[in-house]
Amino acid sequence: MNGYIHSIETFGTVDGPGIRYVVFFQGCPMRCLYCHNPDTWTLHTGEQKSAEEILADYERYRPFLSGGGLTATGGEPLMQIDFLTELFEKAKKRQIHTCLDTSGIAYQENNPEVIQKFDRLTAVTDLVMLDIKHINPEEHLKLCKQPNTPILAFARYLDRKNIPLWVRHVVVPTITDNAASLRQLGLFLGELRNLKALDVLPYHTMGVVKYENLGIEYPLKGIQALTKEQAQKANHIVLAAIHEKREQLKAEGKL
Amino acid sequence: MRPEWKDFVSGKWETEIDVRDFIQKNYTPYFGDDTFLAGPTKATTMLWEQVLELSKQEREAGGVLDMDTKIPSTITSHKAGYLNKDLEKIVGFQTDKPFKRSLQPYGGINMAKAALTTNGYEIDPEIEAFFTTHRKTHNAGVFDVYTPEMRKCRSNHIITGLPDAYGRGRIIGDYRRVALYGVDLLIQDKEEQKATIPTVMTPDVIRDREELAEQIKALKELKQLAVIYGLDISKPASNVQEAIQALYFGYLAAVKEQNGAAMSLGRTSTFIDCYAERDLKNGTFTEVEIQEFIDHFIMKLRLVKFARTPEYNALFAGDPTWVTESIGGLGMDGRPLVTKSSFRYLHTLHNLGTAPEPNITVLWSTQLPDNFKKFCAKVSIETSSVQYENDDLMRVSHGDDYAIACCVSSMRVGKEMQFFGARANLAKCLLYAINGGVDEITGVQVGPKFRPVEGDYLDYEDVFEKYMEMMEWLADVYVNTLNVIHYMHDKYCYERLQMALHDKEVKRYFATGIAGLSVVADSLSAIKYAKVKVIRSDVEITKKVKDPQTAKVEKKVIGIAKNVVTDYEIEGDFPKYGNNDDRVDEIAVEVVKRFMNMIRSHTTYRNGIPTTSILTITSNVTYGNNTGSTPDGRVQGEAFAPGANPMHGRDSHGALASLASVAKLPFQDAEDGISNTFSIIPGALGKDDKIFTNHLDLNHDTL
Repeated sequence: MNGYIHSIETFGTVDGPGIRYVVFFQGCPMRCLYCHNPDTWTLHTGEQKSAEEILADYERYRPFLSGGGLTATGGEPLMQIDFLTELFEKAKKRQIHTCLDTSGIAYQENNPEVIQKFDRLTAVTDLVMLDIKHINPEEHLKLCKQPNTPILAFARYLDRKNIPLWVRHVVVPTITDNAASLRQLGLFLGELRNLKALDVLPYHTMGVVKYENLGIEYPLKGIQALTKEQAQKANHIVLAAIHEKREQLKAEGKL
Repeated sequence: MRPEWKDFVSGKWETEIDVRDFIQKNYTPYFGDDTFLAGPTKATTMLWEQVLELSKQEREAGGVLDMDTKIPSTITSHKAGYLNKDLEKIVGFQTDKPFKRSLQPYGGINMAKAALTTNGYEIDPEIEAFFTTHRKTHNAGVFDVYTPEMRKCRSNHIITGLPDAYGRGRIIGDYRRVALYGVDLLIQDKEEQKATIPTVMTPDVIRDREELAEQIKALKELKQLAVIYGLDISKPASNVQEAIQALYFGYLAAVKEQNGAAMSLGRTSTFIDCYAERDLKNGTFTEVEIQEFIDHFIMKLRLVKFARTPEYNALFAGDPTWVTESIGGLGMDGRPLVTKSSFRYLHTLHNLGTAPEPNITVLWSTQLPDNFKKFCAKVSIETSSVQYENDDLMRVSHGDDYAIACCVSSMRVGKEMQFFGARANLAKCLLYAINGGVDEITGVQVGPKFRPVEGDYLDYEDVFEKYMEMMEWLADVYVNTLNVIHYMHDKYCYERLQMALHDKEVKRYFATGIAGLSVVADSLSAIKYAKVKVIRSDVEITKKVKDPQTAKVEKKVIGIAKNVVTDYEIEGDFPKYGNNDDRVDEIAVEVVKRFMNMIRSHTTYRNGIPTTSILTITSNVTYGNNTGSTPDGRVQGEAFAPGANPMHGRDSHGALASLASVAKLPFQDAEDGISNTFSIIPGALGKDDKIFTNHLDLNHDTL
């Protein structure tokens, strides 16, 4: 089987632990207003590569990737879940650390066929980096043109499976930078026993030029990048809420 | 044992000049961390504030604060100069005051004069007359001998940056010898060398004898330089302060004599540490005092200045002196050559703040102590002022007492030297191959009139064959040009003091260089894997003519070069160098190998061992400026990538793929160094601790 691959980054330092070989998948059903990879939206474009091809290339960089591994991102890698699973299964045979960077959107709680596929995938996934765009369902729909129910369900599923989880959250001025939403997010995350890290990503405008190149109007025109100080503040709010929830669960004897 | 050497471990270094043996027997490797380091003393801070104030004045004055217009610089030409005599623990400036640039006419009076006039100073007319009429310079010698073809290559920029009008530099005196042995012993040694030279007077013998005589005179002047500052360096140094001072006087004498393109320091920190450790043990000095000596020494190195023209500074993007100091590395016995003073040298970047000079270069080995690696990373992150080079690679050919001259040229200190040779523009050479030796910008027939390419599309086999023929020509004229330059430099601008701090038998590297490698690799790849169409046009050949009445210089068209290929159209995609793709990387490797072998086939001045480098750090902009459009899609005037870098924006697979392409270039065919200028935004090197929280694991929740 071949996957549709947008590109390869051989020196990824922000997509999981250590230095990582990052595979950018084509295809994404989300249309997040701040998406900085609009060039990966369509599925059947890019370069077609087999899992063997990718892993053979990985081997050429293995000495540099000793503390890192392989990260699948995109696009939304779950759009090509069969290929992704094959890639991770073969990677695990080579003792490569696997990390999935995803929005979780393809998860379907009530579809046994889909669950079966996810079970097979998570069996060979060492870490999931889940990007929760917005905790509020209506706001999520506005921001991403998709509901957040499957995403939050996916987070709980990973908790049940005890798959280590990093949560990423992009903080965009006027959209996700309000204290109430941030707290609500923290309270949700506080219930997840598999949570290992929180990555608050300050919104940046580096994607704008891609929109210009693709001839698409940039939806967040005029919104300034988030400052480091604002990001730190947001980080504190989410962390405090996680802690609050954990204390509460402890008191209830649930943790 | 001499009293100054008390407590040192004996060895053959006592009976012959052998600094490496001294270091190996006496240094103490340091595996600890940076907590022992001392901050700046009050004196250091006061002096540095004074320097910052003077630097500000210098900037406001347009880049130069003061220049000597009258006294040609020699080792003893100026009286003592100070920032603040009472506070300075290490003394000595190039002229009688800091920030005053010296007059150095021996490389070429025209360049010395231009350096003055372009900065708003007038050269003393008597000096100008003297160095024009009575005393020939290096530059004058070279131009007496150049062939018309060499001149054409020069003015059409296929060979560029030649050290034919200024000092060649790239020679590192073993300044440590001054400290360890004292000048008297060094003179004695040179006298003995001179006495053992045969007396059958062949030209080589005559030159050797004359050079040794000059070296001995220079050493005597070096002693005199110390006397000017009220000090005596005729005997070995007896403590760390004296050792640093003596070493610095050696270096100072060199920069007073030579305005070289790169005046590097060597590998001194671990040598100095032998004294520092002894003084700490004996209670002679404290850590604070030792750091102060080193801070003041580094401060002096930061204040080395040369008189140069704005064009020169434009070529090198700044006012560089390349006072390179090599730190760390591994010994042949496996012990790291990292000492506490390696830390102290790096720590000057904290105590004095960041600076590009001295160019502190860490000789990196995977085997360096972890604490030192961490400290290097820390200093790099905080100051962005540290250069790294691969010790594991260079140690194989240069042992464990080599240093870096300029940015990447490695040589054993005091045993090997280099004839610096600038670079050949291999991208332009490819265009000459396509156009049968006609320059694509000036229209002048510079290279041999070989058959140009025919037809509308470039054929790989055809172009490659023509390219190799043109490269043979270029290598030939290039080596011969360098032979002229180095002959004349030895004759009229000999580095007498630096060579006095070398062994008698010196291994000489004959350095050449390559510019535009990635342009060549991508161009050939485009021709091979895509379709490249040529676009021909007529090029006007002009000549600058001075109107006899108005004295105005005008460009006059004196001819037309017909049907010159001046542009290219690429149809389709092609593999680009910098993506770890063998299809194109192998072309780059092949070009380097072929060029080096062509260089090797020529006779070099003084039997210099040919090497090449791929290392333009900043001048790639100028090379690009003077090169027409190339078959890779690069347009006329667009900058080349620096050194062996992939062309900007063409590496699309991330840093490791890009570095892997560069790493394929064979060091044995580019022993003078391969550089890869790598910039990365801090955010791309990892997460910011303040907004990334990675200890949320319930078992280790540290909230």
